[in-house]
This record gives sequence, structure tokens and C-alpha cells, in this order.
Amino acid sequence: MSPERTPLFLARRSYRRRRLADAARVLPLIGGVLICLPLLWKGSPVSGGTVQALIYIFGLWMVLILASAIVSRHLRLDESDREDWIARDDGAAEE
Amino acid sequence: MTVLNLLILVCLLYVVLLFAVAFAADRAARLGRGSWLRSSVVYTLSLSIYCTAWTFYGAVGFAARSGLEFVTIYLGPTLVMVGWWWTLRRLVRVGRSQRITSIADLISSRYGKSNLLAVLVTVLAVVATTPYIALQLQSVTLSFAAFAATDPEATTLPDMQSTALWVAVGLALFTILFGTRNLDANERHHGVVMAIALEAVVKLFALLAVGVFVVWGLSGGIGPTLDRIETSPIARFDVSGSRWVGLTLLSAMAFLTLPRMFQVLVVENEADEHLRTAAWAFPTYLMLMSLFVVPIAVVGLDMMPNGANPDLFVLTLPLMEGRDGLAILSFLGGFSSATSMVIVAAIALSTMVSNHVVMPLWLHYSGMAAVVSGDVRTVALMARRLSIAGVLFLGYVYFRLSGGGTALAAIGLIAFVGVAQFLPALMGGLFWRGATRTGALAGLVLGAAVWLYCLFLPSFGPSAILPQTVFDHGLWGQSWLRPRALFGAEGMDPVIHALMWSMLLNISAFILGSLLSFPRPLERLQGAQFVNSLDNPGTPGGWSGGMAQSEDLLIMAQRIMGAREAQTLFSAAAQRQGVAGYLPEPSPDFLQELERALAGSVGAATAHAMVGQIVGGAAVSVEDLMAVADETAQIMEYSSQLEAKSQELARTARQLRQANETLTQISVQKDGFLSQISHELRTPMTSIRAFSEILRDTQDLTPEEQNKYAAIIHDETVRLTRLLDDLLDLSVLENGQVELNIQTGTLKALLDRSVRAAGGDGNGFRIRRTRASEQVELTTDLDRLAQVFINLISNARKYCDAKPAVLTIRATISDGQLVVDFVDNGSGIPTDKHAVIFEKFSRIGQTKASGAGLGLAICREIMERLGGDISYLPGQEGAAFRVTLPLAPGRMAAA
Repeated sequence: MSPERTPLFLARRSYRRRRLADAARVLPLIGGVLICLPLLWKGSPVSGGTVQALIYIFGLWMVLILASAIVSRHLRLDESDREDWIARDDGAAEE
Repeated sequence: MTVLNLLILVCLLYVVLLFAVAFAADRAARLGRGSWLRSSVVYTLSLSIYCTAWTFYGAVGFAARSGLEFVTIYLGPTLVMVGWWWTLRRLVRVGRSQRITSIADLISSRYGKSNLLAVLVTVLAVVATTPYIALQLQSVTLSFAAFAATDPEATTLPDMQSTALWVAVGLALFTILFGTRNLDANERHHGVVMAIALEAVVKLFALLAVGVFVVWGLSGGIGPTLDRIETSPIARFDVSGSRWVGLTLLSAMAFLTLPRMFQVLVVENEADEHLRTAAWAFPTYLMLMSLFVVPIAVVGLDMMPNGANPDLFVLTLPLMEGRDGLAILSFLGGFSSATSMVIVAAIALSTMVSNHVVMPLWLHYSGMAAVVSGDVRTVALMARRLSIAGVLFLGYVYFRLSGGGTALAAIGLIAFVGVAQFLPALMGGLFWRGATRTGALAGLVLGAAVWLYCLFLPSFGPSAILPQTVFDHGLWGQSWLRPRALFGAEGMDPVIHALMWSMLLNISAFILGSLLSFPRPLERLQGAQFVNSLDNPGTPGGWSGGMAQSEDLLIMAQRIMGAREAQTLFSAAAQRQGVAGYLPEPSPDFLQELERALAGSVGAATAHAMVGQIVGGAAVSVEDLMAVADETAQIMEYSSQLEAKSQELARTARQLRQANETLTQISVQKDGFLSQISHELRTPMTSIRAFSEILRDTQDLTPEEQNKYAAIIHDETVRLTRLLDDLLDLSVLENGQVELNIQTGTLKALLDRSVRAAGGDGNGFRIRRTRASEQVELTTDLDRLAQVFINLISNARKYCDAKPAVLTIRATISDGQLVVDFVDNGSGIPTDKHAVIFEKFSRIGQTKASGAGLGLAICREIMERLGGDISYLPGQEGAAFRVTLPLAPGRMAAA
């Protein structure tokens, strides 16, 4: 728990897991930005219609769902909290 | 049969189905067969109560008025679910480890178990939710009226008010029946959750069916539908940027703070695993719900006559096309959306009202006497039931007063802004250790005030509550205080305006209040536990026990949690501490555990007060705070290891001490017994010798005298034999040489036989039994078991000193075990004797001695041979013994 106990470098498996957790954190932020994208099209004569926005929003929605499914599937909750510093065994320094 | 009658019939059948499903799910859960009830799918479906009738009907209306903007209401929650790793994971962990019962409970618990905060949150939640419930009632009555209007044979339109009343009464009944089964709000309401999961499927299916009908049936496919959108009044994508962003944020915030969402998201959550599935499954649900909204709105605008209510297109489009079946399905969808929301909202609110308002008041006015007063459980359950009825009644009254007008239609977003005021205190409490009670209070009060003044009160229209002059010139003529243009912010959308100012002021007051105030020790302790919830599940507790009386605590716990649950908790804790029986030592760890368990029933603040009352003040020691401080984390590591070691040593020492004590007592008793047994053997021997000498030496005895003396000799030998039999029996049992004679019979017959053999009722001794619960089939050595029962009954007859003596025999089944309690109303057995009564030769109270003190020892040996147990049950009105016996599964005779 204390900072001294956390190793600087991690094994490959736990490294993956950490980056996956990062992905899980960043996903809603990316989603939030992308949701606001149609606001920039307002008034544009080529892509200003409800139909375009409709297709874009629902497409984005599906992509978010897919991404969330992939990330969540690989993120196992209890291990990721702890394994980070248990998995020092193979001593691989990869970060 | 007219369509309207058919609709009523289908609706009634649907309600019956819902009751049946809830009942079956509750039953399955009770019988332990409901593992699928706790699946991730059911959890995800239960989240769908986010989609109320406001979604089902209102989304189309929203889209018809302002195009694609409606979708923000569903994008916000999607982002929250997708980002579960940030917030929901923490929230759910804290909810489970602190046994949180509602959002008011969580906020109160985080800020030092402050009941003031809980009351504030409760009041705000009730104010924000009541109109929302009214909105659901309105949607059901409106959709009903839409049916009635198209029915040519219906001569009189059904009365709107009475429809709403019937719906409200039905909902109250359902919620009370299935929502208050158990007191512990942490125990899942399986019946309710299952019913709303079913309703989730129905409403999704109904909306998709209408959508498919509209796109392929009325418009002729996807392409033509898109063309139709191009030429519709909402073809231009001209949403306002502030509303688009603001509403997305608002719905995300409300998703976390709506009391009903908190209930299904956090309180009913059983495993982190559920979140992983819901993270993608719930956004999918939301997307499917929104998929056909724009097509339905466009087709409705195109085909329906001018002035038709777009909020009802989902229903009126199929009706106009003569698709009565589809219309009825659509009605059921809307009905499901409305009812599931109301049910869960009523449960969530009633938990808050009863735990944070009614219970504290009741405890206060009953003299804060948790120990001596009556059953708290019934009071709490009654409070919750009355609260449910009260909440629904308020909703109905609001519906009547507002007249079902347009004021209601806007209430969805208004309620969202209201509950969003909880967010700073909630998130601040989870992520910032420096957040204090003062800050939370200041933020909540200010935010709620701005919401009331800028959004809620004006929503009733000018001059309804706020006079027109306030709208035009501001409060007290201060133009910067105009409710729609606070601080001169002119021309903003009212919802966004209120959201911006209330959140800005709320957050500022929250931060400023936290920075300027100093938290109490309990707040700091709770703060650390909440913020570090993911790293370390628990820090040392805050109770300094020792003065506490375990038996008092047990009595209190029994009254709140129910006897069985409390006894399980206490005996498990005692076992962990290495103490036999039901009374663990009141260590700080145990008190903390007990407090959390109680909090599951009555909320954190009340539980804290109740434990405090018995233990005598909660002391947060310097060590506790040290443990919290980051700087000492390193030292903590070592000291906690040391502590674990020393605890283990203490436990071993305690066990040794206990063993030693028992040995010494047994040794004393053995000495006593030897003299006793010599005496017991000598007395009959003396009389046998004396009378046989008389028979031998006296010549002229009459036959009567001879008979009399022979009879005395005979009686005395019988007594001797019995004593020796007992000793032999015991030694056979102890050496394990006994042969069990396995038979099958009912408990009732066995008890009947035992009562008869022990001398039956009467002569100032009454036996009270519940024969209905005794219809249990047993397969065991019935004769041996009867021997135990006879012994317990005759003990009560011999030793119970009450006039009239009453022995209560209670049989229950729990966890596949038959539990039979024998409780009398005498003065019981003193605590210090509990450890020895089952030892050989032990006799409590040497007064009315007529046995050798072997009965209970034999009972214990028999129960051990039968695979069960017999123990003394403390905390009852008199002496109480509990016999437990494992039942083979499925041994319940039809009862």
C-alpha cells in the first residue's frame, strides 16, 4: 500500500492489465468528446441534417458499446487491484 | 368485447403475472434455488428503470419537438456505464462494505454518520421524486384515455382521477408486499427485481415492435424512412450547444444520484462482476430504446392530425392504423415503464424516510431505550410500509393538484437537476478525504435552494407560487435575483440556467466549507475508509468496548435483525474469537461488525446511536486516527502484523483459560459427585439391607407387611438400576459404541410422545407449541431424540420457578437444519454457569435435587451421535435450550 512497496516495473501480464485499466478510464472521456462532435456541423450545408447526426450518433453508440465490452471482458476486478505488486516474480522490466 | 374492455382484461392479467413472477422469485430465493436471480443479466435489466414512462412516451414527444436532442438523456448514462472503472466500481464497493441502504445513508455515513445530512437528502429526494411519480400516474391515465377516445362503443370516458387512484393503490400494494419482506435493505428484493426485469423486457419489446411497425409497416423500409426524416419539420440539426452538453452531463449526474437508480445500481448490487456485464449491456439497452424514437416521431408528425399529442404517438399510431394488438402491447410497455419506476422509487424513498426520519424520532420519543423497548423490527417495517403508502399518496395528490397539465411534462428534467445536487457531496466524499460535513451541508443547502428558486417553483408557472413581480424584477426588487436570470444571466434555457448556477454554487460552497471547517474524528475515519475503499477494505473500528454487555447487545440485535440472524452473527463472531456459545467478547472489531450489520436494517446513523447507547459512547482513539494517516502507513503494516499475532495469542490464551476453568469446575464437581453418588448409592442400599433383614429375621409377619417391605426393596433396586443405567448409558455414548436405530417419523408425533412421557401439561405447568411448524419429517434415531426432548421438558417442569410455568417449544428450519428451541419463563441459568451445565455431574442450584446431574450430559452425547447439537441459548426470557439436527434435503412434509 505504501509507495515504497509498489515496484517500478511490471511483468507483461500485469502491464497489460494496467494499460487496460487506463483504457477503461479514458473511454468515457473520448466518448464525451465524440458525442459533442455533431455540434461543429451546425449550419454546415453539406452535413447539417438530422439524418447524418442520427447515423453518426448511433454508430458512435455501437462503437462505444463494443469498446466497453472488450475492455470490461478483459478487466478482472479483484486481481487488477492487487496483482500489480504481487506479480514481481519473473522480474521482467518492460515499462 | 370492446377494445377498452380487452385492454382492461389484458392489463389485469399482466398485473397478476407480475405478482406471480415476484412471488415465485421470492420463493425460489428463500428456498436457496435462485442463483440465476443474481445473474448479471437480471442486474442489467433492473437498471432499465432509468427508462420510465417519460422515456417510453416522452422521448418521442421530445424528438417531435426538438429533434435529436432527446438522445442526450441516454448518452449521459451510457458514458457513466462505460466509465464504470472510475466511479461505479468505487461506489459499489463502498456500498457493500459499509452496508449502505440508500443515497441518504451513504452521504450521512461518509460525513460522520450525520443524521442531519441524511434528513436533508431525504427531504430533497422526496420533493424531487414526488412529481416524477405523479408523472408516471399521468402517463398511465393519459394512455388509458387515448384508448377510450378511439373506442366508439365506450359511451362514458373513464374518470382519469379514479384510474390514477387505482394504479396508485395497486402499486402501493405490490411494493409493500414484495418490497418490505425483509428489514435489511441490503438483502435483495428478489421478487421486485425479477418483476422489474420482466417489465424491462416488455417495454423494450413493445417499443421495438412499434418501431418495426412504423419503419417497415408504415414507411416501407429504412431508406424511405430516412427520406421521410429529411423532409420532416425536424430535418435540420439545430440543437443548442449548451443544451446538448448540459443535458448529457445532467443525465449522467442524475443516473448516479436518482434514489431509484442508486437503489438498483448500488444497494441491489451483489458482485462487481455484474458491473462488467452492465458496462456494455446497459448502453445496448439504452441504444435499442432510442433507436426508433426519431422515426416514430417523424411518422407521427406526418400522419397524425395537427394538434395530436406527440407524447402519445407510440400508442396512437398503431391505434389509428387499427392495429389493436400492437396498441395493447404498446400500452403494456408504457404501463411497465411507469410501474417499475414507481415501485423502486417508493422502496428507495421509504427506506430513506423510515431510516432517517421515522426511526430516529421513534427512538428519541421512546426514551432512546433500545434495550428495553419492544420489537424494533416491527416498528421499522411498519414505518417503511407507511412511508411507501405515504410516498404514493403524495404522488397521487400532486397529480390531482397539478391537474395532469403540461407542468408535469417538464418535471423529468427538473427532478434531474434536483437530485444532481447530491453529486458534489457524493463524489467529493468518494474521492477527496478533505471533504467535511460542513462542506457537504453548505453545498447541499445552497444547491437545493437555487434549484427550488430557479427551477422547481417557477415550473408551476407565473403567479402560482412565485408572484409575477419576482419573475420580472427579482426577489425584493433586486433584478440580479430574477429566477430565470440569476446574476444577470439572461436568455439562457431555464434548465441549463438552473443547472449551471446550482452546481456552481453547490460545488463552491462544498469546497469552501470543507476547506474552512475541521472534521470530527469519526468523519475523518469514515472519510479515509471511503476514499481508500479500493485499497484496504477496513481500518480498525471506533468502539472502545469492554464495558459493553454482550447479552444486552444480543437482545438489541435480536429486536432489530430478528432472532435467527442475530444469533448467527453472534455465534460466528464468538467462534472467530475462540469462545464457545453465543456471546462473543465485545471487542472493537466485533462492535464495528455489529454496527454495520445493524446499519443494513436501520441506516448508519441510527445503528451508530443504538450501539453507542449500550457501549456507552463512541470513542475514536488516537490510534485509530494514526492508522488513518498516510504517514504512518508503514508503521501500520508492522504493527498490524504484530497485532494479528498478539490477537492470536490472546485468543489461544482465552481458549486455554476457558478450558482450565472448565477443568477446575469439573474437578470440583467430580469430588462433589463422588460423595453425592456414594450417598445416592448408600441410601437405597441401607433401606434394602434393613428391610431384607426384617424379612429374614422376623417370624410373624403378616402377608401385607411382607408385601410392603418387598415392594420397598423392589423400588429401591429400581432406583439403583436407573442410576447405574444412566451411568452406563453415558459411558456407552461417550465411547461411541452405541448402535443407532434409524426410523422415520414426524417431529410433531415425536414431541407429542415426549410431552406425554415427561408428564404432560397441567398442575401449573403449561407447554406452548406451534403445531403447524412441526410437520417436519425426520429420519434419525427417534428414541434417542425423544430421550433428549423428554429430558429438556422434565427439566423445565422440575426447575422452572415461575408461576405458572410456561415452556415454549418452537421448531424452525434454517439452512437445512431443524432447530427446536425449548424456552421457559423462569429465572434462567446464570451466565457463569453456561459453560458447565452440559458437563457430567453438574447440577445447578442444589435445592430440588433429584437427579445425579447426568441428564444434559447424556443429551449432549446423544445429539453429537445424531450429528446435531444442543446448546444453551442466552438472551431469552428464561432458561432456553436449542437442539439442532441436520435434515437431509427435501425432508419437509407437505405443510
